[in-house]
Amino acid sequence: MNSVLKIENLCVAVDDKPILKGVNLEVRQGEIHALMGPNGSGKSTLAYALMGHPKYELIEGSITIDGVEISELEPDARARMGLFLAFQYPVTIPGVKVADFLRHAVSNVRNPERKEGEGLIPMKDFRKELRSRMDELGMDHEFARRYLNEGFSGGEKKRMEILQLAMLRPKFAILDETDSGLDSDAVRFVSEAVSRLAGPDMAIIIITHHERLLEFNKPQLTHVMLAGRIVEQGDASLAHELHDKGYVGVRERHPAEAAEEAEPATAVVA
Amino acid sequence: MTTTTDLSLPAGFGSATFRAFTDSRREPEWLAERRQLAFAQYLQKLDLPLSQEEWKRVDLRTFKPNQFALRGKTVRTAAQVTTLMHERANFAGAVTHLDGSCSTVKLDESLANRGVLFGNLAELLVTHREVLEPHFARAVRPETDRFSAWHAAYCTGGTVLYVPRNVEIDQPLYSLIGLSEPNAADFSHTLVILEDGASATLLEETSSVNPDAAGLHVGAVELIVGKGAQLRYVQLQNWNQHTWHFAHQTGLVAADASLQWTVGGIGARVAHIHQDVKLQGRGANAEVNGAIFATDRQLLSYFTQQTHQAENTHSDLLYKDVLRDQARVVWRGMIRVDRVAQKTDGYQRNDSLLLSPDCRADAIPGLEIEADDVRCTHGATAGRVDDEQIFYCMCRGLSRYEAMHMIVEGFFHGVYDRIAIDAVRDTLSEAVKNKLGIGL
Ligand SMILES: Nc1ncnc2c1ncn2[C@@H]1O[C@H](COP(=O)(O)OP(=O)(O)OP(=O)(O)O)[C@@H](O)[C@H]1O
Ligand SMILES: [Mg+2]
Repeated sequence: MNSVLKIENLCVAVDDKPILKGVNLEVRQGEIHALMGPNGSGKSTLAYALMGHPKYELIEGSITIDGVEISELEPDARARMGLFLAFQYPVTIPGVKVADFLRHAVSNVRNPERKEGEGLIPMKDFRKELRSRMDELGMDHEFARRYLNEGFSGGEKKRMEILQLAMLRPKFAILDETDSGLDSDAVRFVSEAVSRLAGPDMAIIIITHHERLLEFNKPQLTHVMLAGRIVEQGDASLAHELHDKGYVGVRERHPAEAAEEAEPATAVVA
Repeated sequence: MTTTTDLSLPAGFGSATFRAFTDSRREPEWLAERRQLAFAQYLQKLDLPLSQEEWKRVDLRTFKPNQFALRGKTVRTAAQVTTLMHERANFAGAVTHLDGSCSTVKLDESLANRGVLFGNLAELLVTHREVLEPHFARAVRPETDRFSAWHAAYCTGGTVLYVPRNVEIDQPLYSLIGLSEPNAADFSHTLVILEDGASATLLEETSSVNPDAAGLHVGAVELIVGKGAQLRYVQLQNWNQHTWHFAHQTGLVAADASLQWTVGGIGARVAHIHQDVKLQGRGANAEVNGAIFATDRQLLSYFTQQTHQAENTHSDLLYKDVLRDQARVVWRGMIRVDRVAQKTDGYQRNDSLLLSPDCRADAIPGLEIEADDVRCTHGATAGRVDDEQIFYCMCRGLSRYEAMHMIVEGFFHGVYDRIAIDAVRDTLSEAVKNKLGIGL
């Protein structure tokens, strides 16, 4: 049975400032979606709200997985239900080794009932699995012994996010600009890794300003956000068009939303 | 054993108590004289103010010494004390004390045959006077201040380790200082002497049998490391949170010797430790580690001095503390370099991690340098646990508690990595975990 993530009329505020103003989105396990939109349109906010970031307050609407409301759940409960976010800006956790961190994460996600202190997945199996996932991402095994993201380059952090995705194999993965800050070899590694992971058991929502990741992982649906709403939907060709022509056309077609933009990117450029 | 008779002493630590206490001990003249002298110094110091520099951040207003008393032998046994360390390694010997009396002494026969002394200080000072007397109260001088004098007057015993020249002990030794009866006081004294070329590891912990009983520790630690000798000493202070802990602790490091000294600060209501490392011979080396976790209303205070008294000496101090609730940690560090101590390399650093808005860490490093060709550096940082770190961990399926634990453990890793003893790392880690469970 394919799981469904359903977002209905999602309104989210940060510090009482409304950011998302009624987002509707339905994603099925196995699908690939592209989520596009200009800077500040609310893509990352949607991702954080889905994961349950405490600063992002749900004002209205619902988030369900197979009909089960998850918007009141803590982020770890959502992760254990199969949600995953590859962060646009991954966090550093000093002194915590990648391998230790991931072993706990994998144990919890694969055994959602696990409590702290209960058994972790066997070290030997875990190591073996971790090594082969690292090989697939072209990562040095040494990374497993390093402290999580400490001293990592921008590109290394992004790869670390995908390594975690590969280990956790969620039902719904959101990749927030995973392709930005990567050199072209790294983009290829990551794109290929994602396409290997994609399949009937995983849905992927790709947030991006580039095309490469979408070339390897062709979206069935493209959504365009503007000022906190999804204003257009289309197939892969819409993503292609936005990449070529930018958001001028979108703004023209949706003048009301364009007027609501906090700081239109066009104004910032000057 | 000489110290296990039942005591019933008048309250407090004044003259009447002191007389009754000394009468009960039936010690040789030379020890009794030392006590008398120390007691006179104590009475004198009681009227004098404590060093402002050292004590101004330690609030003693609620400290009522007369609430506490030395007990005789308790009905409990050391086996009833919860230990964190004892089961984690194969120890070559173990000494345990409870309420100021020595309960058990064990030492591998092979070590005893090689001349190693390990046991109760009160007893061995009498039976092995010629070996121990020259060192006893040499590193921690009774006349230093009120607390050192108080300790010397009422010292009940403690753990002593003596390792003869060139004897190397691979397995660690274990020492436990326990408190059990309500309002009991512990005046134990740890004395470690490594003759030239010797090596040893001593792991010591303090523990309370009763989590709610008030307690008092007025202690001393003396570590005497001979030429080329190597000592690793760990003291995990893990009293309950109703215990007052005051200690003078000094290490003397001779030429080419090395001392690795690790302090764990977990328990106590108020703790103040005066920790001195003196590098006395050319090429002496000291590494000082601190892992401190203060919660609730605890106040843990450390006054550390690294004194370089000879050329080419090296000292490296790293204290890491985590604070939660309304806890307070004070670290006042000082590197002193004497005129003769050229080519000194001295380092001190304190990092604090604050888990709550109401906790407070004060880190005050300092340098006093009289030589001109030295390298001395210090640093202090304080940071908060970032909500974004917690969120990130939770997005990977870790509970809030697990995330907090990971981050705290990660913070302590800088210290754990320096301590190459698994039992110590595991113990500290366990202590941290136990403590994280409270109030979450
Ligand atoms: N934590 C926050 N505090 C204050 N404002 C925020 C916060 N998070 C988001 N916002 C605001 O919400 C709006 C949407 O931001 P968001 O990061 O979701 O945009 P985005 O679509 O991901 O943009 P980009 O393409 O630049 O990553 C912006 O105006 C932003 O400043
Ligand atoms: Mg974004």
